[in-house]
Amino acid sequence: MNLKDVFSQLNIFTQCKKYGLPLWQCPHFLFLLMGLIIIGSTLGVYLIGSRYVESPQAVALITLLVTAILFIIAFIVTRSFERLAEANRMKSEFVSIVSHQLRSPLSNLRWIIELLNSGKVDSVSEKQLEYFKVLKENSDRMRELISDLLIISRIETAKFPLKKKEFSLVELIKELIKGLEPLAKASNVEVKFEPKADSPKIFADPSQIQLVIENLLDNAIRYIKEKGRVGIKLKRKDGDLYFEIEDTGVGIPKEDQKYIFQKFFRSENVMRYQTQGSGLGLYIAKSIIERSGGKIGFKSEEGKGSTFWFNLPLK
Amino acid sequence: MKKILFIEDESALQKTFGEILSQEGYEMISALDGEIGLRLAKDKKPDLILLDLVLPKIHGFEVLKQLKTDKETKDIPVIVLTNLEGIGDVDKALGLGATTYLVKAQYGLEEIVEKIKKALGE
Repeated sequence: MNLKDVFSQLNIFTQCKKYGLPLWQCPHFLFLLMGLIIIGSTLGVYLIGSRYVESPQAVALITLLVTAILFIIAFIVTRSFERLAEANRMKSEFVSIVSHQLRSPLSNLRWIIELLNSGKVDSVSEKQLEYFKVLKENSDRMRELISDLLIISRIETAKFPLKKKEFSLVELIKELIKGLEPLAKASNVEVKFEPKADSPKIFADPSQIQLVIENLLDNAIRYIKEKGRVGIKLKRKDGDLYFEIEDTGVGIPKEDQKYIFQKFFRSENVMRYQTQGSGLGLYIAKSIIERSGGKIGFKSEEGKGSTFWFNLPLK
Repeated sequence: MKKILFIEDESALQKTFGEILSQEGYEMISALDGEIGLRLAKDKKPDLILLDLVLPKIHGFEVLKQLKTDKETKDIPVIVLTNLEGIGDVDKALGLGATTYLVKAQYGLEEIVEKIKKALGE
């Protein structure tokens, strides 16, 4: 380790920012805090010792020795934390690079499928159209998965700045419902949203909140078998904005409920009905809501349906 | 016939776009790296430039900068078409004078053709 590395190590704020950790969770800051406490108590012990003990120098020496040992242990602990964080960051970066690399060949494929499908290159038979549709659906699935992976790697490497501004959720929700209408119709699901006239504004990143609601709405529609209803509510509650989406879907089994926000988790009953989905949507939703200063949760009963909610601070 | 210069190092994409753009009644000029792209922009005076960012020889940002500082080419609209989506990439490209920034993975061919028409004022 050369001198420059030592100095960059000493800049706690840059170090903590690198890992995207708040100060009180950052090993470097904790290390410094510990150092200050140790030095403070050493001085304290010396002062007290010099009053009551014959040779305060001996006391000071012993305390300093203990201090040095503590410092070394703390340093080792910090380093190991750092290595862990580094490994995690590298993993996320690896995912990001791979996803980006996958994107280029995938857009080539998708565009060529679209071109062939349009019949502009050569006439296409009914049977070929059917297979093109399968190709298109599958390439769309792959695109969604890659996009989810990229979002997650950005969340985990803390390269995900929130561009916050004041806005109303009503228009955004209406747009999303409109966008998912074909899916809702095809699944025989009625989506209901009746916003109150005085719907409050929130202060958050609209593109991120859109991702959250899109995920929740898509899930609600997707996991309704046969006919069903989805109801969306938006209101003020305890000084926050409260969003709720209720569905009459398959519900989440009790034993799966505690895992539902985990990365790549897919409930077994969901797998039975539905093979699509990456198991990343709810993890993304939770990360975004928490980073925006809100909370997310749900209640669900298997066979009856689920209700997901989140709240966000009002402007 | 309006001319579109496509600066993109993937020949498969060049082919796909050549097909769709000729269907739409445009003439496409292809450049497989940044250097050729800059030269063709001056020589052929296209009506629009489609620009990838990750390019051999000269990076897309540098190409964009040179296009927008050269008197001969600064008025040609440039659509950035890339899979780069890092923080600041969009702002940087628009700041350098790009008309639109499109992430490849998010658009279908038809939508891109729409954006081209819009940028050409059609």
